[in-house]
Amino acid sequence: MNLTLHVWRQENATDSGEFVTYLAKDVSPDMSFLEMLDVVNEDLLEKGADPIAFDSDCREGICGTCSLVINGSAHGGQKATTACQLHMRSFSDGETITIEPWRARPFPVIRDLVVDRGSFDRIIQAGGYVSASTGGAPDANTIPVSKPNSDKAMDAAQCIGCGACVAACKNASAMLFVSAKVSHMSLLPQGQVEREQRVLDMVSQMDQEGFGACTVTGSCEAVCPKEISLDFIARMNREYGRALIKSCS
Amino acid sequence: MKLDAKIPSGPLDQKWEKHKFDLKLVNPANKRKYEVIVVGSGLAGASAAATLGELGYNVKCFCYQDSPRRAHSIAAQGGINSAKNYQNDGDSVHRLFYDTIKGGDFRAREANVHRLAEVSRNIIDQCVAQGVPFAREYSGMLANRSFGGAQVSRTFYARGQTGQQLLLGAYQALSRQIAAGKVTMFPRTELQDVVLVDGKAKGIVVRNLVTGEISSHAADAVVMATGGYGPVFYLSTNAVGCNVSATYRAYKRGAAFANPCYTQIHPTCIPVTGDHQSKLTLMSESLRNDGRVWVPKKKGDERRPQDIPEAERDYYLERKYPSFGNLAPRDIASRAAKEACDAGRGVGPTGLGVFLDFQDAIGRQGESTVRERYGNLFDMYQRITGENAYHQPMRIFPAVHYTMGGLWVDYNLMSSIPGLFVLGEANFSDHGANRLGASALMQGLADGYFVAPYTVGNYLSQESPADRPSTDSKPFKKVESEVNERIDQLFAIKGRRTPRSFHRELGKLVWEYCGMARDKAGLTKVLKLIPELRDEFWDNLNLSGGPNELNTSLEQASRVADFMEFAELLCTDALKRDESCGGHFRTEHQTPDGEAKRDDKNFAYVAAWEYKGQSRRPTLHKEPLAYQEVKMTQRSYK
Repeated sequence: MNLTLHVWRQENATDSGEFVTYLAKDVSPDMSFLEMLDVVNEDLLEKGADPIAFDSDCREGICGTCSLVINGSAHGGQKATTACQLHMRSFSDGETITIEPWRARPFPVIRDLVVDRGSFDRIIQAGGYVSASTGGAPDANTIPVSKPNSDKAMDAAQCIGCGACVAACKNASAMLFVSAKVSHMSLLPQGQVEREQRVLDMVSQMDQEGFGACTVTGSCEAVCPKEISLDFIARMNREYGRALIKSCS
Repeated sequence: MKLDAKIPSGPLDQKWEKHKFDLKLVNPANKRKYEVIVVGSGLAGASAAATLGELGYNVKCFCYQDSPRRAHSIAAQGGINSAKNYQNDGDSVHRLFYDTIKGGDFRAREANVHRLAEVSRNIIDQCVAQGVPFAREYSGMLANRSFGGAQVSRTFYARGQTGQQLLLGAYQALSRQIAAGKVTMFPRTELQDVVLVDGKAKGIVVRNLVTGEISSHAADAVVMATGGYGPVFYLSTNAVGCNVSATYRAYKRGAAFANPCYTQIHPTCIPVTGDHQSKLTLMSESLRNDGRVWVPKKKGDERRPQDIPEAERDYYLERKYPSFGNLAPRDIASRAAKEACDAGRGVGPTGLGVFLDFQDAIGRQGESTVRERYGNLFDMYQRITGENAYHQPMRIFPAVHYTMGGLWVDYNLMSSIPGLFVLGEANFSDHGANRLGASALMQGLADGYFVAPYTVGNYLSQESPADRPSTDSKPFKKVESEVNERIDQLFAIKGRRTPRSFHRELGKLVWEYCGMARDKAGLTKVLKLIPELRDEFWDNLNLSGGPNELNTSLEQASRVADFMEFAELLCTDALKRDESCGGHFRTEHQTPDGEAKRDDKNFAYVAAWEYKGQSRRPTLHKEPLAYQEVKMTQRSYK
């Protein structure tokens, strides 16, 4: 099939950027979306033009590197699917596709479709861990963890940190990302010691990075490739309130 | 070059204990005077960087990804082995050790493997303490499953995302050290070369992938945890950014490269669809716990799988290996699939595929149980192929997955360059000629959490921080200018072909002549074809843009240039090893029923190659494999 692409091109962080139109010819339905872009890039390179810069690595939906807004939807609108796992069979011949980077102030564009998500790393550095230095851990079966809690912790821990939740949110809120980590840790016995400080520090860092507030529209949950539930935001709000009260007493 | 593995004396099961006591320590107050560089932030790199930071060293950690959380360890699905014996099914440190040695077809170093089995238990403890949400039973205790090459259940897992959860555990520990100021992180930064001063590794030269800036970093020791070289085949289950450049450039600076021909072809990947394909996707080995592998008995049978009656199906793994059945080790399962396809019984549009069927498991346990265990894998399969594996069997085919070879290291994980340590998949030490499933995560974390922190300290105790060179010194400036020169050379070619087209062509050559089956004629031929292709690369490469910007074509070209040289080393090793063992299958050497036939008399050694210059052949050094505890036998899974 043949497609028309409107792709965001931006030379560097300070450039204003614009949409440029390309034709993608002889696209196979078995290609992934990124493989389709690879083919377009090969073509550009052969013509001596600069290929479209975009981030990707594992190409199996787990590393969280790829970050494309496709036709206005983070990762392209297929349920529970990253852009690298989106296949061209979900498009039809002759279609026009618009491709943009994540757009949020805390994710500045580096080039074309590549953005800087260092703000997510800094939020984890603020407290998204258990302070268990290597060595000295007790036998792994010493503390039983109920299966429902463990399963729920895993539901949250599955977050791949791609940032689609931020890109989809009208406020560029990072609540889904932060709440996934806060919930994962607070559901497990190992996370209890630092439970209050963790949520306070992570939320504070999130605010400092310039992420917006949450108005619970649920657009983040809708695009999340790992289907992280909005319930975790409610859980984090409760954790935050609990921590505030405890820190006052 | 003289290889000394520095294996401690004494009984096998006491070597590590004894060695830990013999290793020299650095006083806590002195640790902060040392600088350590860690290259790579996967399981081995992140765990080493975090642990060295916790100990008090100043660490700089580098990765090419935009965040350390994205290293390719994240994609490991099935699980991590540990000799916990929580299932009371007869597991022990010795059994894990033995299974790993046997799985590696008696080509691994005994002492290293025993240590791996010992520390495997600490890893699970450490990860649980970090909050890794491993699967649990209703009792609240940890759950286990079985993996290939073992008859006990010792694999711990977190759904089909075990690598992700373990990496996030290590990443979070690393993040804590970054926040504490003990680790400085350099994402989107790629190693260009290692700098040696008086024969010791004292730093690295890197390229900032956003600005193109070339810079030097000095340290008292360099730890390389940069993964394997699977993408030398172009198509593999590795991430598209994975590359051999770091280890290959260390090799060119004097680190011996060991057993490059030991490559692992994973039996259960989604088949190739066309030339556009950029990577292959693995379907976890854990699926073989419940899935049954089969092909039609009849050649060219084009009926739908559900229309092929039971009597006309060949469950070839169960037939050939009744005691291990569908859980035969990877190399064996892959070759069996190739054999079926070569015989014209392959399935799917290309004929390069076999079925992995869950109908029996669904009938026995219900769809919901299967969904709970493997739901994410079934979903992934559906996204890629458009087929529903609950209703029809998956189609799978072997693909390059892991590389057992790597830089040669001694018992301390130090390469033949003093001060250069190599961890995880990047080294050669623990898996012999074939790695068992769920052992890569184990090794990465063993090296990073529990081995390197001791052995790097031992090395540092004999180095003085006062001798750390300045990055303005001559050796650094020289390497920097060589790095810049190489980049200029790539730009100066101004040919017509893209880096990717060269990579794809190289990969096809290596896969065809040095893939699942190898022989003398093919290897001799490919050793002529690779240099020809390399010459064309240096004559006809086309790059866009310039060096001082984010330039993906330059990144690719630079990696492909190293693959072009490395491929030759890989095939040279494969030609030299005139026997079959594990993943290295020379068709000249097989038993009457088609199994790998080793030649222990002539090849029970580690092949460590020393670089001798651009136009000269590398020199082979042999480290004999002396087995103290294990008797080498014909590997049997029947």
